[in-house]
Amino acid sequence: MRRITVGDGLTLVAVLGGAVLIAALNLATPPDGALHVPSFVLPLAGKYLCYAMLALAVDLVWGFAGILSLGHAAFFALGGYAIGMYLMREIGTRGVYGNAMLPDFMVFLNWTRLPWYWHGFDMFWFAFLMVLLVPGALALVFGYLAFRSRVSGVYLSIITQALTYALLLAFFRNDMGFGGNNGMTDFKDILGLPLHADATRAGLLVLTAAFLSAQLLLARALVRSRFGKVLVAVRDAESRVRFLGYRPESYKLVVWVISAVMAAIGGALYVPQVGIINPSEFSPANSIEAVIWVAVGGRGTLIGAILGAVLVNLGKTYFTGALPELWLYALGGLFVVVTLLLPNGVLGVLRRRGTGDGVVPKPLPVGEQPT
Amino acid sequence: MIEPIGTVADTLLYLNGVTVSFDGFRALNGLSIVLDPGEMRAVIGPNGAGKTTMMDVITGKTRPDEGDVIYREHTDLTKLDEADIAALGIGRKFQKPTVFEMHTVWDNLLLALAGNRSPAHTMFGRPPAHERTRIEEVLATTRLVEHRARRAGDLSHGQKQWLEIGMLLAQEPQLLLVDEPVAGMTDAETEATAELLREINRTRSVVVVEHDMAFVRALGVKVTVLHEGAVLSEGSIDHVSADPRVIEVYLGR
Amino acid sequence: MAPFVARVLLLLALLYPAAARAQADDPYAAFATHDYEAMRAAIETLSISGDARAPAILSALQAGQLRVGEDGTLYLRAADGSLREALSGAAAAGVDAAALKEVRMNNAVRRALDGALGGLRLFAADPATRAAAAEAVFKGRDQAALPALDRAFAKETDAGVKSVMAQAHAALILAGGTAGESDKLAAIAVLRARGDLEASSLLASLAGQPAAVTSAARDALTAIQRQRQLWDIAQSVFYGLSLGSVLLLAAAGLAITFGVMGVINMAHGEMVMLGAYTTFVVQEAMRAYAPGLLGASLFVAVPAAFLVAGAVGIAIERGLIRFLYGRPLETLLATWGLSLILQQGVRSIFGPSNRDVSTPAWMSGAFPLGGLTITANRLTIIVFAALVFAVLMLALRRTALGLRMRAVTQNRFMAAAMGIRTPWIDALTFGLGSGVAGIAGVALSQIDNVSPNLGQSYIIDSFMVVVFGGVGNLWGTALGALTLGIVNKFLEPVAGAVLGKIAVLVLLIVFIQRRPRGMFPLKGRAVEA
Repeated sequence: MRRITVGDGLTLVAVLGGAVLIAALNLATPPDGALHVPSFVLPLAGKYLCYAMLALAVDLVWGFAGILSLGHAAFFALGGYAIGMYLMREIGTRGVYGNAMLPDFMVFLNWTRLPWYWHGFDMFWFAFLMVLLVPGALALVFGYLAFRSRVSGVYLSIITQALTYALLLAFFRNDMGFGGNNGMTDFKDILGLPLHADATRAGLLVLTAAFLSAQLLLARALVRSRFGKVLVAVRDAESRVRFLGYRPESYKLVVWVISAVMAAIGGALYVPQVGIINPSEFSPANSIEAVIWVAVGGRGTLIGAILGAVLVNLGKTYFTGALPELWLYALGGLFVVVTLLLPNGVLGVLRRRGTGDGVVPKPLPVGEQPT
Repeated sequence: MIEPIGTVADTLLYLNGVTVSFDGFRALNGLSIVLDPGEMRAVIGPNGAGKTTMMDVITGKTRPDEGDVIYREHTDLTKLDEADIAALGIGRKFQKPTVFEMHTVWDNLLLALAGNRSPAHTMFGRPPAHERTRIEEVLATTRLVEHRARRAGDLSHGQKQWLEIGMLLAQEPQLLLVDEPVAGMTDAETEATAELLREINRTRSVVVVEHDMAFVRALGVKVTVLHEGAVLSEGSIDHVSADPRVIEVYLGR
Repeated sequence: MAPFVARVLLLLALLYPAAARAQADDPYAAFATHDYEAMRAAIETLSISGDARAPAILSALQAGQLRVGEDGTLYLRAADGSLREALSGAAAAGVDAAALKEVRMNNAVRRALDGALGGLRLFAADPATRAAAAEAVFKGRDQAALPALDRAFAKETDAGVKSVMAQAHAALILAGGTAGESDKLAAIAVLRARGDLEASSLLASLAGQPAAVTSAARDALTAIQRQRQLWDIAQSVFYGLSLGSVLLLAAAGLAITFGVMGVINMAHGEMVMLGAYTTFVVQEAMRAYAPGLLGASLFVAVPAAFLVAGAVGIAIERGLIRFLYGRPLETLLATWGLSLILQQGVRSIFGPSNRDVSTPAWMSGAFPLGGLTITANRLTIIVFAALVFAVLMLALRRTALGLRMRAVTQNRFMAAAMGIRTPWIDALTFGLGSGVAGIAGVALSQIDNVSPNLGQSYIIDSFMVVVFGGVGNLWGTALGALTLGIVNKFLEPVAGAVLGKIAVLVLLIVFIQRRPRGMFPLKGRAVEA
């Protein structure tokens, strides 16, 4: 294994150092001190880092395997729902209806028994297992069907969009038992720690930064291995890879599932920090937005995905606060400008001349013409 | 696995009555070709004769509507996909040079090296020392030693052709299918390529599809002429060039 | 005061001879008496007299609106309190309403009146009234109506009304219990032919009948239910066709831009949305400048929407998409960005809330067709979608522009070599697809909320339809849209609307994985990334 590159090193320092710094400046300085970071920044920064995980997951499949997923937010949301179910159970008798077993929305719907799929979610370890297993299993089944029948390119993008759309519709239904339209909220604590306490939020922020760093290192190791080289080969000349004796569908499936689980972990860390999960997280627009984060930062670079997610979301926070009616113009314009003028994103501009990974080639037609 | 039948015995590749249609157009029309182990065969024919479709059928890209495609007496290639067929030891070089442009020359050869192709192996396996030796060998054979660290996309056209042949060699195939290897090459490169193919033929069987008659003549091997998806003529280059049917097809009435 | 009295006296003098004559041979005179028996007899006489004035006067009697003056003249009191002379129909000016008395009835009179009224309408001049009266007898099953019904049946000349009367007759026979077995069997056959819910509930309610009648009723009931099921299926097919037509309208433009050109236009839904807003603007303009023509606003909106969306489409192609040919994923992202801008633009101009688009009168209402209920707006959408599709096919197959479009999509270089200006053809083709989307917007403005988000709700569906039907194949798109619409409507009653839609999406995902090139793939041509 080669040493960590400058870019990765800087990113790790920025993510981990930044999170620790924000946490420390919030907890250890007096509230009226000049260096004090207000409490609302903690979950906000945590949210950006969770989005960065989603972006990293999208970049892994899009940047390296050429799979443009327009439904990755579905895995993110499923991870969020799994942890949301745990948090709902943690509320216990402190809910509005004081039912020890049933979350408020079930009592409201006159349900008398906990649905079978809610059992076990009172235990954190089980919920965390589900964060990994449920999105992973969905990705496995979906990916197996799609890649085996060689659905690729735009077709694949469209059916990933349909997948998240179907989930959106499903989770809107009250009968599904996930809180319907309103989703789940009013969480009290996680592992006994109060979610509204600054210390818990600071801890979650640092934890998120640690997970993001670990994911970056894992993704980097993956794309540097021979496995990653096969992926890039699949991206650029799939049928050539086939004639070398590889099965591109297996490679795509493996990276697809890994990516889905990475996104799910992002979602699981997202929900306790923002305090709510509802079906709008499945909306197709969310998944497409995640793609533009990657494109803005620089496709196929991993760190570009993190950079793009943080930059675009900083912009979003600013715009929706200061000039809400301009945000969609800005976001829409970003899509157009980046695809037309910055095909390699911000990092591409910074690097000027790409080396190795990070530069997206034009699609290569595999040289076969009918004679 | 199927029972070996009379004519299949002692052949490396046996195509019998292979027919492929696209939208009513018969790309292959009852094509039958027999290739002996260790043989090098040149396949020529005008555009649309079915040369590339024949390659597609052998490598599993296209399934024939009817006919047998049998490798080494008892392996039915029509039941296998591209990866299986590659694993059997059939390598293919495309008409246009197709290398992994974003990878270095070295990595292109590394990916082509014979070995376990499963994701788990490529994810966790470390390249053993003999692989490096083998890559060095191939680099030497294909005269790409000093280009090992360059990106394949930056190579010249002829170098890409050679890299692709090198990737074929790294695959350690028993049978190489080579589609127009000298298209776009200089005369010197063409000669060197003929040399390289003869060298390769010492240990492996080769099928070369080519338009360049001088090159085919230089190879000095048995020639099969395809026309409208079937074999028109077969024999030495002198024999087929004297065949009136071949002359008619190539020169027109 | 004096002129008034004089006028009344004159009036009475003029009327007196007529009133006296009526007393003698006119049954109406009975209502001026308090003789209930005479009234009952008069009602029965009137019910079969066929006198044209009888229904109105008897109805007024039933409603308590028949008045009688001191002199025995009958007056009809209207809802607003005005009076008319019952027999002549002349306005009764100057009659003091307070001086008139209401004609009263006892129960025997009332009963006779009820029967007579039903019977009377059976003889009305208007066939629709006669049919409605027969239908009322069918539903009421009042045995007293039987004689009148039979007489009316004998006199009836209209085949439609006659059959309703036969059904009413059958209902009375079955409900009555006095008829013979063969009559009842015949009656069951009539009801079986009628075959609606009323008929089946009457058949189901039969009890204590001879075995042959019971079993015939059971058979008829099953037959009717089977019939109903068939009609229900037909109704679902109709609903499905109308949903499919909506999908077809939304997808037809995409079938050109995505299917024929291979451009992934995520702003396609916004072209639809622009068409809907164009309809709104056209209607507002007509309301302001030509309110009399508002009913025809849609005929103005269709070409206007085509031009607006088409022009925007051409601008998008020239300004954005032409730089991205051959890069489908980038096109997808850029056009998605564009869709956000268009949505926000419309939101800035027209506001975020739904705008009201009025529906012309000819598009509302419903009519029965056999056992089906055909709603005018659904029917209009189906016809409209078929028209749009036909015109589109003609444009592609029969016009010079269509020929050039097909040439460019099949072999760009060859077309260019033959002197076709391919960039212009690209722009026009894209404009055509966008314009068709705009036309779809006019139709959708009639059935959906006109809001900036209108387009988003159709984009995934539209792509699904095109992919399902087979990319590049317009007939496939049409069949795909109708199939999806019908499947959706059949799944709805089983699974509910939302689950039905989810099921369709899941089925589509599986389908695309089975047949990545759709139902009717074009072979030998790749629209692949």
